[in-house]
Amino acid sequence: MTAPLLSIRDLRVTFPTRQGEFQAVRGVSFDLGRERLGVVGESGSGKSMTGRAILGLVRPPGRVTAARMDLDGQPILNLPERRMRAIRGGRISMVMQDPKFSLNPVMRVGQQIIEAYRLHAGGGRAQARAKAMEMLAAVQIRDPERVFDLYPHEVSGGMGQRIMIAMMLAPDPEILIADEPTSALDVSVRAEVLNIMDALVRDRGMGLIFISHDLNLVAQFCDRVLIMYAGRVVEELPARDLHAARHPYTRGLLDSLPRLDAPVDRLAVLEREESWRTEAIEGSMLDAQPGGLR
Amino acid sequence: MTPMLDVAGLDVWFGPAHDRVTAVRGATFAVAPGESFGLVGESGSGKSTILRAVTGLISGWSGRIAVEGKAVTAMRRDRAFQKTVQMVFQDPYASLHPRHSVDRVLSETLALQGLGDVDRRITRLLEDVGLGRGFRFRYPHQLSGGQRQRVAIARALAAEPRLLLLDEPTSALDVSVQAEILNLLKDLRAEHQLTYVMVSHDLAVVAHMCDRLAVMQAGRIVEIMDAATLRAATPREEYSRALIAASTWQR
Repeated sequence: MTAPLLSIRDLRVTFPTRQGEFQAVRGVSFDLGRERLGVVGESGSGKSMTGRAILGLVRPPGRVTAARMDLDGQPILNLPERRMRAIRGGRISMVMQDPKFSLNPVMRVGQQIIEAYRLHAGGGRAQARAKAMEMLAAVQIRDPERVFDLYPHEVSGGMGQRIMIAMMLAPDPEILIADEPTSALDVSVRAEVLNIMDALVRDRGMGLIFISHDLNLVAQFCDRVLIMYAGRVVEELPARDLHAARHPYTRGLLDSLPRLDAPVDRLAVLEREESWRTEAIEGSMLDAQPGGLR
Repeated sequence: MTPMLDVAGLDVWFGPAHDRVTAVRGATFAVAPGESFGLVGESGSGKSTILRAVTGLISGWSGRIAVEGKAVTAMRRDRAFQKTVQMVFQDPYASLHPRHSVDRVLSETLALQGLGDVDRRITRLLEDVGLGRGFRFRYPHQLSGGQRQRVAIARALAAEPRLLLLDEPTSALDVSVQAEILNLLKDLRAEHQLTYVMVSHDLAVVAHMCDRLAVMQAGRIVEIMDAATLRAATPREEYSRALIAASTWQR
């Protein structure tokens, strides 16, 4: 077994409110290997906040604590901003939901990729330009020379998201955190973007944290899934076994989805139980094996 | 039988003549009374545009739009049209006025429709959509996304319409909340003998809610099929097959 890329124990994200402290993430633990790890949950479950905490993107007065947050065995919890900047984008990258909001609207996309690459990898402009072209080609953009000189408003959503992925991958990160990377995309484009990420994980041995609300997609796309509820992981299981999930919350989510292959007259409605917020988690993460490349 | 909604040769365009973008071309379909009809397709295929043209939110269209056999002619929809046809929008965060209470939203609609007995009707509407009377004096920011969409549905029902146009009514909601809203819509349709035209990009949702559906691509209706054909993934057209195949990702 190889050491995990990322190892997290008892991660908590706390925000002060007028009613006292609010914990958005309440003791999340997991290891990430060179695998596709899905993180699923409803809005407010803390899945995005977990991703942001790893990258040190939780703004004060929000507070991040953890018993451990190690990247390749080195602690990265609450590093000074200058050191975090070297990790963020360089060794851990993030792709957000909507490329419309994550690309700079007044800068040509090629320049944005070059900027991201040179910031982390250095090198001359010519080399960076070649790298940008290579990355655009790697995300299946057919005419990189033309796309290089476009502004973000001139590209479609799917192409924008591929450009984001190209930019994030140019510095060759070890970990990619993708927060709902395909929810703003049409199904046909979604498949392309997923195929690209899939190939990158396989070919480069990258670790991928795939944050999504779409259980079926995660079941098909990921190797392993964490299901989050109210800031905690309530269940962890191999993605191929998701449909055999045991936790009532996971079951409830699965049953509430309409399915093409199984018509029902009425959809099951989730009956939330208070115990899901507090009960101990079966098969604790602490002895979980991080997945390897298979 | 006269269709509840009859659309024939519908073109819809945006922009002035010299710079015109045609978003819908030659759309033709009919929805029977009590039927639930779906419009599916990728973004930009024109599915929402059809609904907006029917309700009069877009002025640039030609062709035939008829509700219960009565063709729409004027720019402005008349009172009778608005009593028959109502719309529910995608984003419940955007479709409710942030500074109007639920009570105001509903009583305004009732007043516009010339309906009296406001007190009783509001209580009834809130019960219909599964919100107690305790919600009556709340503001949108005091409601969850699902509760807001219930208010938007109550507002649409206030006019006692017979045709409800649903534009992605659950795509901004979590799956558990989506299930509640879809169940509610099914119940309301049965209770009030409503006709639905529903736009969605989620084929499973459309299969669950609709009897028949039209697949749209680049402004044209590619194919009209029934829900069983969608479930069996046996449509006639290549594009429809590709769309169904893409809805599940396979390695």
